[in-house]
Amino acid sequence: MTERTQKQEKAADSRRPVEEQLSRKVTELKPSGIRRFFDIVSEMKDAISLGVGEPDFDTPWHIRDEGIYSLERGRTFYTSNAGLKELREAIADKIRREQGISYDPLSEILITVGGSEAIDLMLRAMINPGDEVLIPQPSYVSYEPCAVLADAKPAIIRLRNEDRFKLTPEALEAACTPRSKILVLPYPNNPTGAIMTREDLMKLVPVIEKHDLYILSDEIYGALTYAEKHVSIASLPGMQERTVLVDGFSKAYAMTGWRLGYACGPRPILREMTKIHQYAIMCAPTTSQYAAVEAIRNGDADVERMRTSYNERRRLVLHLLAEMGLPCFEPEGAFYVFPSVQEFGMTSDEFATRLLQEKKVAIVPGTAFGDCGEGYLRISYAYSIESLKKALGRLAEFVAELRAAGQ
Amino acid sequence: MSGCRKGVSMDSMDERILSIIEKNSRIDRKELAVLLGMEEADVRERLQKLEDDGVICGYHTMIDWDKTDVEKVMALIEVRVTPQRGQGFDNIAERIYKYPEVTSVYLMSGAYDLMCIVEGRTLREVSSFVSDKLSTLDTVISTATHFILKKYKDHGTIMEKKEEDQREIITP
Repeated sequence: MTERTQKQEKAADSRRPVEEQLSRKVTELKPSGIRRFFDIVSEMKDAISLGVGEPDFDTPWHIRDEGIYSLERGRTFYTSNAGLKELREAIADKIRREQGISYDPLSEILITVGGSEAIDLMLRAMINPGDEVLIPQPSYVSYEPCAVLADAKPAIIRLRNEDRFKLTPEALEAACTPRSKILVLPYPNNPTGAIMTREDLMKLVPVIEKHDLYILSDEIYGALTYAEKHVSIASLPGMQERTVLVDGFSKAYAMTGWRLGYACGPRPILREMTKIHQYAIMCAPTTSQYAAVEAIRNGDADVERMRTSYNERRRLVLHLLAEMGLPCFEPEGAFYVFPSVQEFGMTSDEFATRLLQEKKVAIVPGTAFGDCGEGYLRISYAYSIESLKKALGRLAEFVAELRAAGQ
Repeated sequence: MSGCRKGVSMDSMDERILSIIEKNSRIDRKELAVLLGMEEADVRERLQKLEDDGVICGYHTMIDWDKTDVEKVMALIEVRVTPQRGQGFDNIAERIYKYPEVTSVYLMSGAYDLMCIVEGRTLREVSSFVSDKLSTLDTVISTATHFILKKYKDHGTIMEKKEEDQREIITP
């Protein structure tokens, strides 16, 4: 053996395995329940899915065309860190029109890479180690890990079917401690389809003020409510100064792949969020920002058309669930229903896995959105009427077979 | 004539019913009622009225004849005519639309007056219809025939095969 290779071997011996070099904070994060289920589903080739959390519409053509046009004109450079001024102005106008609240487009609005980035930024900009983030569940999968990555302690509030999965002041009060700093308010809700009306929100205000909470209001489904217009908590007296409103283009305008969202809130918070954004991201995609200007200026009719279509499918799905006797509260927002399968005496996971194996229908178990989703399924109705009828037909068969076997 | 065109008054439900059945006339009445959150009887009643009022004029089927081996030729024909006193274009339009070869007739603004869509089995058949029947009408000044080579989209429907769902099968 030459001296050289001996040296190399010695160096190799002292090298620790890469697994030990990874951030413990990250390795200790639970893998997403969605991911696990995805892996099972992708092995089943001909499964039909009701598991998608994004619109089935293509982005309206005039919006895509504006993106293409921006490329043709050579708009291929960075924008300012906070995003195109005309886009921030258009967003400020829209929020003023719809919610009656004013944000300064220059200092209180930040364009982000999807609403998801805004969630991460808000938590990182505000958390000091040990601060608590109140997270109502079932809810979107990213709040808890983002809080953990920001060194916060997540405090889970379990939402209940009997409250129609709304956050009640009692539940909020019970979860508050002196370390509570941020309340995540995920309405209209993924996965339950629950909404919070103005009255529901008003009841939370005294608790929020008593514990001096800041609010991360994730309103990405705000354009999709079916009984009454969405109300932002930021529009309630005294709440704008405590709220970072997160919204985006994905759900309202069917623009998920464009990755474009935004955050609006108090200047000091937005300043720090912009700092992180500037170092980590630089700016949101330029093409997407030009397309988004078109969306926000001329897209109202598209939003209305899609909303009408979702609402019809929502009614169809609720009708079919009622026919097969699966209990489900009437959701008034987003594009999900959240029926209970508790009567079958198995976990959501078992139910979803068996449904997939026996009927080749993929539906996400409620537990993917928090432990308290146990006993429920999330059904997305962002599918064609034909697909919905076919998939729910199979679910009905499955349910009937389980009941027959149980007797 | 003033700007206020008199039409059968529609509420938003009528309009929505029409939009849905315009795309899918075979949808059953019960399903239509479920989608719109209405009673089935109400839906039936409204449809009946829309039919009685002539708002719904028929239920047709979209057929892509190009996918069959049946020979069919369609042409758009621009027709310039001399309008007649007291009749305007109605009389001449009627003389044209009564031919079974003519599937549509529109009165147009602009360089010509009537646009007709004519269907036949061969180019020759359509051409001779135009030269023998259409251009020989007294009031017809001139015609211009445009044969349709390919239909990409018709009545809001794209004729090419639909794309598969491009989305990931499960997403949060």
